[in-house]
Amino acid sequence: MTRSIARLAVLASFVSLLPSTVLASLGGTVSTVETDRVRMNSALVGIELKGSYTVQSIQSPTGITIRQYYTANGRVFGVAWEGPWQPDLRQLFGDYFDRYRQGVQRARTTRAARGRVAIDDGAFVVKIGGHLHAIAGIAYVPQLLPVGVDAAVVR
Amino acid sequence: MPRLLIVGALLLIAQVSSKQCDSNSTGNAVPVVVNGGPTNNAFNQPFVSVTVCVPGSSTCQTIDGILLDTGSEGLRIVSSALRIPLPQQANAAGPVVECLPFLDSVTWGPVVTADVKLAAEQAAGIPIQVIGTDKFASIPSACSNQGTPQETTDDLFANGILGIGLGIHDCGIGCASVGASNPGLYYACPSNGTCQITAQPVANQVVSPVAQFAADNNGFVVRLPGVAVGGQSSVSGVLVFGIGTQSNNGLEDARVFTTDAVGNIRTTFNNQTYPAFLDSGSNGIFFLNSATTGLPLCRHSIGFYCPPSIVTLSATQTGNNRNTAVISFGAGNVDVVNATFSAMGDATGENPGGFDWGLPFFYGRSVYVAIVGRSTPGGTGPYWAF
Repeated sequence: MTRSIARLAVLASFVSLLPSTVLASLGGTVSTVETDRVRMNSALVGIELKGSYTVQSIQSPTGITIRQYYTANGRVFGVAWEGPWQPDLRQLFGDYFDRYRQGVQRARTTRAARGRVAIDDGAFVVKIGGHLHAIAGIAYVPQLLPVGVDAAVVR
Repeated sequence: MPRLLIVGALLLIAQVSSKQCDSNSTGNAVPVVVNGGPTNNAFNQPFVSVTVCVPGSSTCQTIDGILLDTGSEGLRIVSSALRIPLPQQANAAGPVVECLPFLDSVTWGPVVTADVKLAAEQAAGIPIQVIGTDKFASIPSACSNQGTPQETTDDLFANGILGIGLGIHDCGIGCASVGASNPGLYYACPSNGTCQITAQPVANQVVSPVAQFAADNNGFVVRLPGVAVGGQSSVSGVLVFGIGTQSNNGLEDARVFTTDAVGNIRTTFNNQTYPAFLDSGSNGIFFLNSATTGLPLCRHSIGFYCPPSIVTLSATQTGNNRNTAVISFGAGNVDVVNATFSAMGDATGENPGGFDWGLPFFYGRSVYVAIVGRSTPGGTGPYWAF
């Protein structure tokens, strides 16, 4: 307990020096959610308990709202965001960021929908739409969805 | 009776054509072409030519293959397409370099100053972005973490982007602030240090050239002809500056749809209402997802729908001012379209939670875009009219 409080204090003191948003990563655990909220100067705006999963919403000072969906065991299976700007996708997607990059590259070689993201490579789904100043995105890992929970809950 | 209707239709076509000829002679209009573009394989992308000059001089260059993008603000030119030296913008902390995060990418490059000319219009000494220079080749991770950098003509399928839309500057007061509320679009990159996010006054931010014209600066209208079902090789139309400022840019029978604070109207589809917007830089009508619409995704044309045969759909647009319009549109199979065709009206695809009325919405219409806060005969912007 003491060590984690100390760690939070150290992290809080670095808050103003960090330009990027840092979040609980997709596929990672939710124990870092509070730490991440502090690191990105964000406000906790809601926690919804939905039975087999929980949704936690935070909002950054730049106006981006991020929702993180995690299982009863605290594993983040989905993220959703909306706001005027794009969040730090590397932090949001965690180990799946490279799959995101590969999906975008693949789309460039075909007659593809431009100006948006639509990736589904079987293990990772990300869809980003909207327009500048009003971006909306979702991402989830199908294999991590709780039993009986539809991917459509990530929105 | 049918013969009278045919004669009437021919007269209407003749009238539209002569209007386009008048547009070119009044100095406030430029051609728009939907074709393969500089990479010869663009799809549903409208291109214009833009002239840029070293400010206050006659050292100018006309660059073609610039994407007409009503969904962004600001002129951005790929470094390899630019052959004149435009002055670098700098502040006390160093040269100013911008990271603009689009939905699927980021553009990274220096802010420079230029006189921007389109037809007889001029935006004098405005900030524009040059994309992908050697001098600022190192992209900060905070930038590349927001999307894949698009730095070349091949990446963009264009030599640049002419961002003209409802807005004026590409960021606003957020980028002029210090601290956590600054979204981090503008950086100062000193030669002896690393790039740091900088507070960029609004007047120095990259700006819609139309908003900075001396006249005809309250908006613009895009007029494109209809496209044959199943697509065609190319389409030619016109971009006219100003709304109700000259004889060629009156609203006529177009109806005004005002937008909300973030530039959205509403679309009702199958009894559900969604946020919606128009965007010439989107190469299809993108709405919802495969599960909600019942339209299967394409195997090859990523992000598009591919129903086995064309589906006719209907949706209702509603402006903030409560004006409504019923829109009929088609969803065709993008995978089977002739590979040499650049224009397809029934190209549709996914967009989570809303409607992105991309270039196909513009085919066969005059679409007016009124800039925020600017006065027009149809009211004060922001609004779309069609």
